[in-house]
Amino acid sequence: MTIEELRQIAETERAAQARYQHHVCVCIAAGCVSCGAEELRDALKKEVVESGMQNEVLVKGVGCMGLCSAGPLVSVPSEGQLYSAVRAEEAADIVQSLDTGSDGLPHCDTGMPFFARQKKIVLENSGVIDPERIEDYIAHDGYLALVNAITERTPQDVINIVKSSGLRGRGGAGYPTGLKWSTVAKTGEQQKYVICNADEGDPGAFMDRAVLESDPHRVLEGMAIAAYAVGAQKGFVYVRAEYPLAVKHLKGAIKQAERLGLLGNDICGTGFSFRIEVRLGAGAFVCGEETALIASVEGKRGTPRPRPPYPAESGLWDCPTLINNVETFANVAPILRNGPEWFASIGTEKSKGTKVFALAGRVTNTGLIEVPMGITLGEIVQEIGGGIPDGKQFKAVQTGGPSGGCIPAAHADSPVDYESLARVGSMMGSGGMIVMDETSCMVDVAKYFMEFCMSESCGKCIPCRAGTQQMHGILRKITAGEAGPEDVAKLEELCELVRSTSLCGLGQSAPTPVMTTLRYFRHEYDAHVQGDLCPTCKETAK
Amino acid sequence: MYSMDTFFGLAQAPSDDKRWKIVEATARRHGKEAHALIETLHTVQECFGYLDEAALRYVAVILRVPLSRVYGAATFYHFFTLKPKGKHTCVVCTGTACYIKGAPALLSALEKRYGIKPGQTTEDNQLSVLTARCVGSCGLAPAAVLDSAVLGKIAPEQLVDRIERGIGS
Repeated sequence: MTIEELRQIAETERAAQARYQHHVCVCIAAGCVSCGAEELRDALKKEVVESGMQNEVLVKGVGCMGLCSAGPLVSVPSEGQLYSAVRAEEAADIVQSLDTGSDGLPHCDTGMPFFARQKKIVLENSGVIDPERIEDYIAHDGYLALVNAITERTPQDVINIVKSSGLRGRGGAGYPTGLKWSTVAKTGEQQKYVICNADEGDPGAFMDRAVLESDPHRVLEGMAIAAYAVGAQKGFVYVRAEYPLAVKHLKGAIKQAERLGLLGNDICGTGFSFRIEVRLGAGAFVCGEETALIASVEGKRGTPRPRPPYPAESGLWDCPTLINNVETFANVAPILRNGPEWFASIGTEKSKGTKVFALAGRVTNTGLIEVPMGITLGEIVQEIGGGIPDGKQFKAVQTGGPSGGCIPAAHADSPVDYESLARVGSMMGSGGMIVMDETSCMVDVAKYFMEFCMSESCGKCIPCRAGTQQMHGILRKITAGEAGPEDVAKLEELCELVRSTSLCGLGQSAPTPVMTTLRYFRHEYDAHVQGDLCPTCKETAK
Repeated sequence: MYSMDTFFGLAQAPSDDKRWKIVEATARRHGKEAHALIETLHTVQECFGYLDEAALRYVAVILRVPLSRVYGAATFYHFFTLKPKGKHTCVVCTGTACYIKGAPALLSALEKRYGIKPGQTTEDNQLSVLTARCVGSCGLAPAAVLDSAVLGKIAPEQLVDRIERGIGS
């Protein structure tokens, strides 16, 4: 494969697609599939054949378009139309209306803030290309960055580009990606590995799943570029077994890329070889922690170990290992294609680029969004999210899952970047964003997350194993109205103890939901302690 | 000299069921190395629905890892189950979005109708109720997965109704 051959594939594909007057794109990502998108796609295909329009109309399955709450979604780019909640019976109406316009169909305004306020880099192909066809990806400049990097640039060049783009890890902690790459690169010539962390365990988060389902090649290309930069020959994608569609698309994509010589031995005749294998997780939240993930790839129980040594120096089978999150890898190819300055011009001073969030909970528009860093929480909830339904009051937004915190509505003007979210006591996290209204009791929310951490604690270190149990017991007592003020004091003490003495991130961050709710919603704890139930719980109990 | 087989026994499948060949193929694809443990357990569960003692022993022998390690992994990861499930399974998502939007009500409706809690199976083996940490359908909360169909924005009575129809058919 040379750059010319790649361009040739792109040209052929573009010409083949241009032969069709209309493209009818049906979202076949998990959200829409559960509302009947596959039946709809088949009905559309059948309708096109029956009306003899198979040479004018192309029906294709595409990835996530974002507005999951209004699925199944169908877009017709030639008409500038997006249809929401389409039923299979409406297939004929859509096909018949292609040239004449469509009045009776469920239109979705693509000018509404949900779409207009987004900025798409990671998701630019999502909802546009057919994730099961490598040609479609190549027609959208896919693999151009990889072929260019390995034929034209040195590994050091690639690292410098990633460094100067300011890209930071999208798994949550925000470690500078370029710095991590250069640490692995510096370990000299030996067996090294690249691992993509797709063990998206946070409840309420589905960004990585959407990226893998909608644009799997983007992640593979990012991994291959990383492997070239750090000098690795072998890669693993560690993905949740609970995401069968993502696994299917990923495995298919690897086969296609190998067939075209974009993965495998001696890529593009440069002598650079890189193979990728998929490894299935088995439902353990702690495996999102990098040392636990490595143990799991090795086929062991996923328990973490102390760092240092960091995986960058001693990781998988004691070899230097680069671990990045799905979204981090998905940012790599556009950075190489468009230049680091372009990427660095988006976002804030210390947080560059965009962030994908899974917006869910008590908000009108739920789904997948990608926003520039620096947008405020209020803008996300009120504009993109369309506010709180049923005339209820916006109370809080939870970011970072069980490791993050609840940010009250009073801090809605807080910008979304790594530092600002940490300042208000939460964290960026991997991208779950759950909106809560006045009907949610915050002590109950804290109890929910503690129950999660308690059952997901791997049991290796005592502060986490026993501490989460103790904290959960106290929270249960408080919500049941059986606790006294001394219990709240004890809870605060335990938070500090578990935070500062646990072995890994799971335990260290497990107290965060409690700490933030104590900081912002202490009156709800007090109400539970003084009078059995807080006003919210009393209201719900009615 | 002792061969490894002396210690571990000959790799004999628990029965002549053809599905054991699929399990063996997974192990072989990874060179029968110890790191194939989780992948191999996935295949067993895919083929047989759960992991019983005979399966764990067989996997230990073909991968040449101690049975304790196989048992350790099988019990550590939530995805693996050592008990057979009912004919139908209903997985209620208890992710944050679903929790906020009413997953507890779904579970109590199931308990009220079928008398079983998450992780249990009805006495007639028709239905198992399970919970998932998050099925990733947060945009459609609350969600449940009945057999392999995702049911989004589902109310307690609708869920019970769907299960009734599923069991009946």
